[in-house]
Amino acid sequence: MDWLTKFPAMDTDRLTALKKAIDLSFREFTRAYGDTFDTLLFPVQWFMFRVEQLLTTSPWPLVILAFAVIAWLASRDWKITGGVVLTLLLIGYFDMWEDTMKTIAMTVVATIMAIILGIPIGILMARSNRFQAVLNPILDVMQTMPSFVYLIPVVMLLGIGRVPGLIAVMVYAIPPIIRLTNLGIRLVDKDVLEAADAFGSSNWQRLKNVQMPLALPTIMAGVNQTIMMALAMVVVASMIGVQGLGLPVLKAIANQYFTLGIFNGLAIVGIAIIFDRTSQAYGKRLQKHLEVVHG
Amino acid sequence: MAEQHTGIGISIRNLYKIFGSNPSAHIEAVKGGMSKTELNEKHSHVLGLKDINIDMPGGGIQVVMGLSGSGKSTLIRHINRLIDPTAGEVIVGDEDVVKMNEAELREFRRHKTAMVFQKFALLPHRTVLENTVYGLEIQGLPRAEQEREARRWISRVGLDGFEDNYPNQLSGGMQQRVGLARALTNDAPILLMDEAFSALDPLIRMDMQTVLLDLQSEIRKTIVFITHDLDEALRLGDRIAILRDGEVVQQGSKQEIVLRPADEYISNFVREVNRGRVISVEMVMSEFAGEPGGMPIRTGTVLEQAARTMTDAGVDEAHVVDADGKPLGRLKIGDVISAMVTPVDHDSVAA
Repeated sequence: MDWLTKFPAMDTDRLTALKKAIDLSFREFTRAYGDTFDTLLFPVQWFMFRVEQLLTTSPWPLVILAFAVIAWLASRDWKITGGVVLTLLLIGYFDMWEDTMKTIAMTVVATIMAIILGIPIGILMARSNRFQAVLNPILDVMQTMPSFVYLIPVVMLLGIGRVPGLIAVMVYAIPPIIRLTNLGIRLVDKDVLEAADAFGSSNWQRLKNVQMPLALPTIMAGVNQTIMMALAMVVVASMIGVQGLGLPVLKAIANQYFTLGIFNGLAIVGIAIIFDRTSQAYGKRLQKHLEVVHG
Repeated sequence: MAEQHTGIGISIRNLYKIFGSNPSAHIEAVKGGMSKTELNEKHSHVLGLKDINIDMPGGGIQVVMGLSGSGKSTLIRHINRLIDPTAGEVIVGDEDVVKMNEAELREFRRHKTAMVFQKFALLPHRTVLENTVYGLEIQGLPRAEQEREARRWISRVGLDGFEDNYPNQLSGGMQQRVGLARALTNDAPILLMDEAFSALDPLIRMDMQTVLLDLQSEIRKTIVFITHDLDEALRLGDRIAILRDGEVVQQGSKQEIVLRPADEYISNFVREVNRGRVISVEMVMSEFAGEPGGMPIRTGTVLEQAARTMTDAGVDEAHVVDADGKPLGRLKIGDVISAMVTPVDHDSVAA
């Protein structure tokens, strides 16, 4: 009755052979195409570098002013703008300015890339049920796979550093924007779409004039979630050499530096709140036409 | 675009629509006489429209009336092919809409038709003005021209000063005025109105009917108007087609419908109608027995009006004349009154 209490697994030799075969072929793939990916990702690397440089080398009052202006333009709310300035001042005062800027640079670039890739994918997904059926399980895997696992193939392919970290962060953060773009477009009122058709809209005009504007609040919710997931992943990505607030956290875990961990953790919370409130307020402002109701 | 409103006629011929997974497999059986129930029970396909033949003359208001589920909304969507038919032809002017490819259909929708919807279907993120220019924007006209046309129609439907409001700042009646302005700004010869006033309060509905009739007397478009309300049908329709279970049960002028209902179903509909305001004098006049006597009354005068004129003048006999003053027949006050009050059932009149 041994087979009942112990699961009859594949025998060890075959399992090892299987793992080895997969590892070997992936390694061969990385050897063959690693350089190609490096070249392809050069513009991303350049962009990432420039953003980081801009944030870390500009005078800090200018950076704070820029963030305040962006927060004001997006939210038109003094409380949110004040909160942004105060948070950044506190972060600077506790000597985490440079790490924070690096983390913000990484988050911003990863989010921009996720938006550029995610929205078109979401639009395609909304247009084709078959594509949706294929993509949904893939997104499920992407969202539930432990985030550390992403790091392995990325490191094998691209080595360690900023760009592989950026790719890992983007892959982890892209599912919400794809899903919510798809959802937003599918939820657009059928009557309004029919009216657009009845006036002879082309597919592009329909997308531009009706589907995207009406889906925008939902898409903004996706952007918000993507930002939050990117921030969470930035810390994990410090394991493959991404600089920023994650690195001190990693050091704090290894050496049991309680205060170091808490300070950097709180800085991440701070910028998460900045991003969240600002992007949500912007999303809400987009729905202004729904606020004033006849009655 | 030159303003020309001679009116384009619409002719629907042998139109069938079957809903389901494989409609073309059952079309021959339906043409052969399979009933709606049988199609549904044995093949789980729904017969939406069955052998529809309607000729809508250009420049008039054609009302299609029926209760919910009769297929009237499906029918109107075949005219601009928002729904594809299973079989049949929809001839607009001299083109068959069914045979158009995608690009031709788009051009047809842009320039030949405009539509008003039951639930308004306005773009919620656009202001009244931005909604109204939509059709012209799609056509790619210069912005200044779009706005000039739009402002003219916004003003014409009585929405001056609301150009920059969003739709949900407006009441239902006002929203539908925007819907109407949007359709009219398109300057298409055909106006499709799908239960356009059904979602409105009775008083506002009357108001909108008046707006539409006013406009129609100057724009002379071919209007297809869908409604479930007989009073609305009689008020607006130059011609009325009545639909039941996807089939046309009767079509004709409103007087023909009221005076000679084709069956019990329509008799039930018309029983409550104020006949004095629908039937006109030529429908009840009789042959001359001698010289035309009494006062002349024009054709097209409704019975209520004729009765008032005759009693005011204290006469009990008059004669009906056409537009040129030529006498056509004799009108007795007794006939006028009995036609106003007797619920004529379709057998006795048809005889």
